[in-house]
Amino acid sequence: MAFLELAHLDKSFGANHVVKDFNLSIDKGEFVSLLGPSGCGKTTVLRMVGGFEDPTAGTISIDGQDVTRLKSNQRKIGMVFQSYALFPNLTVAQNVAFGLKVAGIDKKETADRVKEMLTLIGLGDLGARYPFQLSGGQQQRVALARALAVRPKVLLLDEPLSALDAKIRASLRREIRAIQQRLGITTIFVTHDQEEALSMSDRVVVMTQGRADQIGTPFEIYNTPATRFVAGFVGTLNTFDATLTDPATGTVRMGDTQVVLNRQVKAAAGTPVALAMRPESATLGAGQPGDVTLTGRITEVQFLGAIIRITADLGRQSLTLDTFNRSETPPPAVGSEVTISLPHSGMVVLAG
Amino acid sequence: MTRFAAWAAIISGCLYFLMPMIGMTEFSLSMRRGVYSLDAYRVVMADPQFQATFAYSLIMALLTIVFGVLLVVPTAYWVQLKMPRMRPVVEFVTLLPLVIPAIVVVFGYIRLYNTSGWLPLTGSVTGTNLLLMFGYATLALPYMYRAVDTGLRSIDVATLTEAAQSLGAGWFRIMATLILPNVLSAVLSGAFLTLAIVIGEFTMAALLDRPAFGPYMQILGANRAYEPAALAVIAFAITWACMGLIQMVSRLSKHKRA
Ligand SMILES: Nc1ncnc2c1ncn2[C@@H]1O[C@H](COP(=O)(O)OP(=O)(O)OP(=O)(O)O)[C@@H](O)[C@H]1O
Ligand SMILES: [Mg+2]
Repeated sequence: MAFLELAHLDKSFGANHVVKDFNLSIDKGEFVSLLGPSGCGKTTVLRMVGGFEDPTAGTISIDGQDVTRLKSNQRKIGMVFQSYALFPNLTVAQNVAFGLKVAGIDKKETADRVKEMLTLIGLGDLGARYPFQLSGGQQQRVALARALAVRPKVLLLDEPLSALDAKIRASLRREIRAIQQRLGITTIFVTHDQEEALSMSDRVVVMTQGRADQIGTPFEIYNTPATRFVAGFVGTLNTFDATLTDPATGTVRMGDTQVVLNRQVKAAAGTPVALAMRPESATLGAGQPGDVTLTGRITEVQFLGAIIRITADLGRQSLTLDTFNRSETPPPAVGSEVTISLPHSGMVVLAG
Repeated sequence: MTRFAAWAAIISGCLYFLMPMIGMTEFSLSMRRGVYSLDAYRVVMADPQFQATFAYSLIMALLTIVFGVLLVVPTAYWVQLKMPRMRPVVEFVTLLPLVIPAIVVVFGYIRLYNTSGWLPLTGSVTGTNLLLMFGYATLALPYMYRAVDTGLRSIDVATLTEAAQSLGAGWFRIMATLILPNVLSAVLSGAFLTLAIVIGEFTMAALLDRPAFGPYMQILGANRAYEPAALAVIAFAITWACMGLIQMVSRLSKHKRA
């Protein structure tokens, strides 16, 4: 049995069915992100784990113990909020010590633990400040230290970086992940930012309308999205209309071209499907023998630094492709005719 | 022209408030013929009745404040946390004491809690004191509730509560170590208003026949000339001191931006 187990969780607010049959098993020390658009129920799932909402149905167990009916102050969880939620009347050190005081830990050990935590988050000398004297990034670090000080079994973070500006967000993201790995603490991280989810997590849960659409490693989620929603929500994607001709070998007809993926597809022959491809899988030029080749006219070139994003008009639709920047080959000019090749390995069939 | 009109309005307003006060103060200092003196104050201060009634009212005020804080802070907190939609209703209820005259309230009390009622509070001195304290708390309720509610609105009550709960804290600890300290300046301003109300209150104390400061002022006023003026000045001074203290404490809290 997994360390943290959510089984058949359901939650309705009145007639509003917000979370539907949500299942998730998280191993000890794992970092799992809940990723999805606004209103899909991420926060609600997290709050049910934290004990702030009662599930309408289903169970939650932590470390083999069923905690579904336990109050949040008995669950041994650490929570970090988007709005920091530091206690304004307490100093930084007192904030971090709060949970330890509640737990009845003696003064000496509390002081040691506070010091250890403040060092961990790199704010060792700000213990005497009040929250209003800190920047947003510093406040969120203190909130993290406060949650971790009591050595919770599970750490829950609800969009902790959303209120911060881009630079701090990126650095704090790495810092949170590093601390999480150092302490080996089981973590659920809620975000609607795919970059955040993909870069930090061991596994990502992509949610829509209260359901988990796909659960997998960032690599799996990105490269083999299970549904159209996941494919569209995570990253940029080119899709082509196609028809499935042979499910066993994964043969698909796209216009006049036959594409054999050599992968089984779970759908009946004759089903209209979408053939999807990431921009970085397509290449300019002839490519390998067997690749699907298309011709098009370049309509846009975006120079993004390491990557150049090219948009081409294929006649019936447009296609986005990414190439690495190389100093010896300048990007093609807008308006030029090019050949584009699509390797079979980069294609995914989306039936759902 | 408009500037002149504005100044004229301010000056006439000030005169309207200041003239009676200046007159009263002047009168309170004129007990000895021909010279100003503090004789009236000396007489008042030396009166054992003054000391007794003032002490009584002061103690009643403190009890009222404690009771009011214990009643209002958890109530306002709970309303804000668990039933924000009920807030207008609760606010309306807390404003009722401003609309219902004290005399109506106290007659209601006497009818309900008389010696032949189901809870004969007026039958004993302690019971009557208790009743008076409840009455005072009712009178102070609008001010106390407003102050505390405003204080609570300035913090994110729901999230702070959840943060504390996730750290293992129970209700009592949350109230005592987080909510109360964060609304302390609001509570104190409510407390000083309560003090000012209770010290000057006449109707309830008189009808319940308790030896409070309000009825004493009235008796003195009916029988003496200079002393009541001195007493009124003293009462004013107390009220103003309370207002000053409200200002001070709201500036003193360390964890707020200056
Ligand atoms: N206390 C509540 N009462 C009624 N409806 C609620 C409550 N909390 C959330 N909801 C509804 O549940 C749905 C999911 O909300 P939730 O906060 O879980 O979304 P989310 O995925 O966290 O979105 P966001 O990215 O915007 O934070 C929303 O439609 C919301 O309106
Ligand atoms: Mg949310």
